[in-house]
Parts: sequence; C-alpha cells; structure tokens
Amino acid sequence: MILKYIFRHTNPDFLNRDLEKLTPKDIMFRKAIYHSGFKFGLLLLSTITFIGVFVPFFVDMSPYDQDISKRLLPPVWSEGGSWQYIFGTDGNGRDYLARIIYGTRVSLTIGIGAATVGMLIGVTLGVIAGYFGGIVDQVVSYILTCQLALPGILFLLTIISIVGSSLTVVILVIGVLHWTLFLVVTRAATQRIRNLDYITAANAIGARKTNIIFTDIIPNVLNQIIVIFTLEVGVAILAEATISFLGLGIQPPTPSWGVLIAEGKEAIFFQPWLIILPGIALFLLVISINMLGDGLRDITDPNTSIE
Amino acid sequence: MLKFVAGRFLVSLAVAFTISFVTFFFLNIFTDPAQAVAGEEALFEEIEQIRTQYGFDRPILTRYFEWLGGIFTGDFGVSYYWNKPVGTLLLERAPQTIKLALMSVSVTIMVAIPLGIFAALNPNSIIDRFALSVAVSAQAIPNFWLGLILIIIFSVTFPIFPVSGDKTYYHFILPSVVLGTSSVPPVMRLMRTGLLDVINSDYIRTARSIGFSGWRLVTKHALRNAVLPIISVIAVQLGHKFGGSLITESVFAINGLGRLALLSILGADIPTVQILIFVFAITFIVFNLLSDILNAYLDPRLRL
Repeated sequence: MILKYIFRHTNPDFLNRDLEKLTPKDIMFRKAIYHSGFKFGLLLLSTITFIGVFVPFFVDMSPYDQDISKRLLPPVWSEGGSWQYIFGTDGNGRDYLARIIYGTRVSLTIGIGAATVGMLIGVTLGVIAGYFGGIVDQVVSYILTCQLALPGILFLLTIISIVGSSLTVVILVIGVLHWTLFLVVTRAATQRIRNLDYITAANAIGARKTNIIFTDIIPNVLNQIIVIFTLEVGVAILAEATISFLGLGIQPPTPSWGVLIAEGKEAIFFQPWLIILPGIALFLLVISINMLGDGLRDITDPNTSIE
Repeated sequence: MLKFVAGRFLVSLAVAFTISFVTFFFLNIFTDPAQAVAGEEALFEEIEQIRTQYGFDRPILTRYFEWLGGIFTGDFGVSYYWNKPVGTLLLERAPQTIKLALMSVSVTIMVAIPLGIFAALNPNSIIDRFALSVAVSAQAIPNFWLGLILIIIFSVTFPIFPVSGDKTYYHFILPSVVLGTSSVPPVMRLMRTGLLDVINSDYIRTARSIGFSGWRLVTKHALRNAVLPIISVIAVQLGHKFGGSLITESVFAINGLGRLALLSILGADIPTVQILIFVFAITFIVFNLLSDILNAYLDPRLRL
C-alpha cells in the first residue's frame, strides 16, 4: 500500500499537476520529496536503525563475550587489524563492533522512551493550561519557569545518584526533565484553537470536555507534537550518553555509547578509536534524528513553499 | 518599565525560593544526611547519635529555614565530604568556572556572529549552507566527546595544548572551544534571521536607494539593529554556561564548580550539592532576568 502511494506520488503526471488540485496530504508528500535534509535524515536513521535493531538477529555476535587473550586489538584499517574484529576489541577483549551495534538499541530505547514520558507530561499540562486558561494557566506557566531555571544535567545526576540507576530510572528521569517544549507548543496551539468556531459549536451541542480535547484539539496539534517528539528523542539520547559517560547513567557492561566512551577514555593515548568510533555512531544517530525533525517541521508547516 | 522590572524581579525571586525549597526537600527526604555524615559502615547507634548531635532529627521545615537563613548570612553549611565550609569551597572553585564561562562565550561570539552575518548577507549561497551545517553539526555533537576528540587531536597527536588542568589561560582554550560550541547554533541562527529581517526592511531599502552600499550599509545601518537581540540571547547562554560547565570541567579536570558538583554527587555530599543546584539556578535566573529587561527596554510591546 505504501509502495502504491509512493508510486502514485512520484509519477511524472502527478508531479506536473497544478498545486490547486492537491490535497494537503499530497502537498506534504511533495514537500518531502523535494526536501533533501528530510530525505537524508530519514535514510541515515533507517540505516542505523536497521543495523542496530535487525542485523543482530541475522549475524552471530555478542557484545558481552570476553576473550582476555584478544585485548585491545586494533580495527581492521590500522596495522595488525583483522576482518574478524572489524572495529577491534576493547580492554576486556570484547568485539567492539558488536558493542557499538548493540549500543544503538540502548540509545533508541532511551531516546524514544524518555521523549514519550516528556510528551505525556508536556502535552497534558499544555492542553490543560491552554484549554482552561486563567489561574490554571498561570500555575502551569510558573511550573514551566521553575523547570527552565533548574540546572538540567546537575539535577539529572543528583536524582539518579539518589534513586539508583537502571534503564527505567534513566528513561523516567530524563523524560521528567524534558517536557517544556511540548508544553509551550501545545499550550499555544490549544489557546489558538479554543476560540475557533468549531470548538464553540462542539461546546454548543454539549460535547464533553475530554471529547473536545481528544477529538478536536489534539489532532490539530499532532503535527507539531511529532516534530518536537523527534527532536526530543535526539536530546534524550545525548543526555543519556552524557550521564552514562559520567558514570551515573547506564552501568557497564551494558553497551551504552556513553559507557563505551567512558571505558575508552582510559586508553586515550594509545587506542583513540575506542573513543572515536562510539562517538561517531552517537553523532550520526543524533544528526539523522535532528535532520528528520527539522525536515518534518518544514513539511508540516503550511506556510513553507514546496522546494 | 519600572513596573515590568519589579514584576519580573518578584517572579524570579519566587522561582529561586521554589527551587531551593524543592531541592532541599528532595535531597533531605530521599537521602539520610546522618548516614552520609557517618559513612557507609556506621553502626545504627552512631547514626542515631549523629542525628541528634547535628540536629537532623528536627522537623524538615525548621531545617529548611535554618539553611535558607544561613545562605543570607553567608553560612552555606559544612561539607562532610571535603571537610570544609561550603562557602570556602565555592570561593576556591568559582574563579575557574567564571573564567571558563566568559572564555567560552567569547568563542561563541567569535564563531557564531561572523558566520551569521556572512550567511545573512549571502542567503542560500555556499557560505549560508556551510553556516547551516555548522549549526546542525554543533547541535548533534555530544559535548564530552568533542572534548575528548580535541584532546586526541591537539594534545595527544599534536601536542599543542595541555591535556587537562587549570593552571594557566592556555589550559582553558580547548575547554572554552568545547563549551562555546554548544551555544553556536542558537546565536548564529538568531544573527542570521535577525540580520535578514533588517536587510529586507524598508529603511534599508531607503538607505540603499540614496546610495549606501556594501559594508558601510551593513555596519552603519543594519548591524546596529540586528545586534541588540543577540546581546540578550548571549546573556541567556552565559547563564547556561555555569550549569554546562559540569561536563567540560570533568573532561578537562578543571577544578571549578561543575567538577565540584560531579564529585560531590558521587561522594553523596548533600550540603554541597544543594548549594550548587541553588547557585547554578540563581546564575541562570539572574542572566535571564537581565535578558528579559534588555528585551523589554528594546521592545516596549513586551512590557505588558
């Protein structure tokens, strides 16, 4: 079905059709076709996701198996490297390529999980503040001001050091500290929509508040929420890598890229690839997510022109 | 204007109190300060003795107001981990962080402003594309990794800069580049869009029509209006720098407030951590307040 859709939208007849005849969805699709940043981000992200999530099912490798006789082997392109360990091995003789590939899963899980937590908090508060206004709005705005003034990383580390570190804790805590953008966007959009005629009409026929919020307001801010969500996944991935690097996030031997870089730091003078490689993976993943997010913003914004 | 400033000041004060309140309660309910003083292997009786001796058995509200009162009279409490008054610790460490924050903001200004100006003067050109890709990359680079990469390149492979430490200004160059990079994207983007708006405005067209052109037009007429919002965004970024110093200082082993914060967290040193969260929040609030006031001064519509 998707292939059929893509085929229909990429054939020359369609591309030459007049703008007036296109539906908003068609326009979005056409913008996506011409948006090089979006295409690049999508391609890179799909590649990384494919390698990180699906390749381990087909290729036999383990990020945990240690072989002390094969410690700190160099990667294949430097002297003494072999194709058996393409990225070499780490200080415990573990296959570095396998550790980096499995690290994708950790990053993606935490990124998506934390962004979801942040979205739930931010969107809920945003809809409530925007829809009810008045004192509720002021209270929510005050919470927002306080949240923004909190020193992010320091507070994150403090909470995790007290609560204790686990995958769930890291996801929850990063999510709880990253909801402000969701709030700002949903609140503004809800305020704008609240006074439109169709909401008044829904009120007039006696629709319930929850119904209005879920069927009339949320769908209208969904595009913006998706954009913020994408960008927050990138932010959360960087936050996780940072706290794991500082030793308070994901704990070894779990192959988080932050953990790999922290372990590689011991070998900075002689085995710099142990730091460079996971960092490049992190950079590529985050940049692909950011480009996808920026692209989605341009595509879903009705005010930008095609091309 | 005065009403606006007073209003903002009161809100900032309230936010500062809320943060101190939340931090204090969170840290003192979920951790046991007596246990932290006594150490891991302490006996139950010893912990109880310390609890009464240090007054940890009193109600938490009493302790909070005592702590808050202490801050106003300059008594920041005693760090059990460092065996020093927290105030002394702050005074020892603050100069390094201030130095780092100021130098990194200078790096941001030196990189972001020229890039933004050139990008705005040649929209959609190669320079513009380059500036945009710098911004996109700077946003995606993990700060701590950039630090390590710079150490690998400029300290290990080509020994130009020292690996770590904070003895001379020379030691601060790589850390400032790292910390400054994270502020390049917002400042550059604002410079670019701000200058583009000004260039497309009527008065610049008028200036062009009476014969001004090139650099003279940009420096004399356009830049003057575009640069003011930049100052306020730089103030906000400077506020961020203090909190952001944690990672950079840890990577480069600079004995500033950020590294103190990390070590205190690892050492479960509650008195220091709660003061540091408060100090970082206050610097952020103060710089934001300054930026708000500056914006309101420039744009009367914001003074509502």
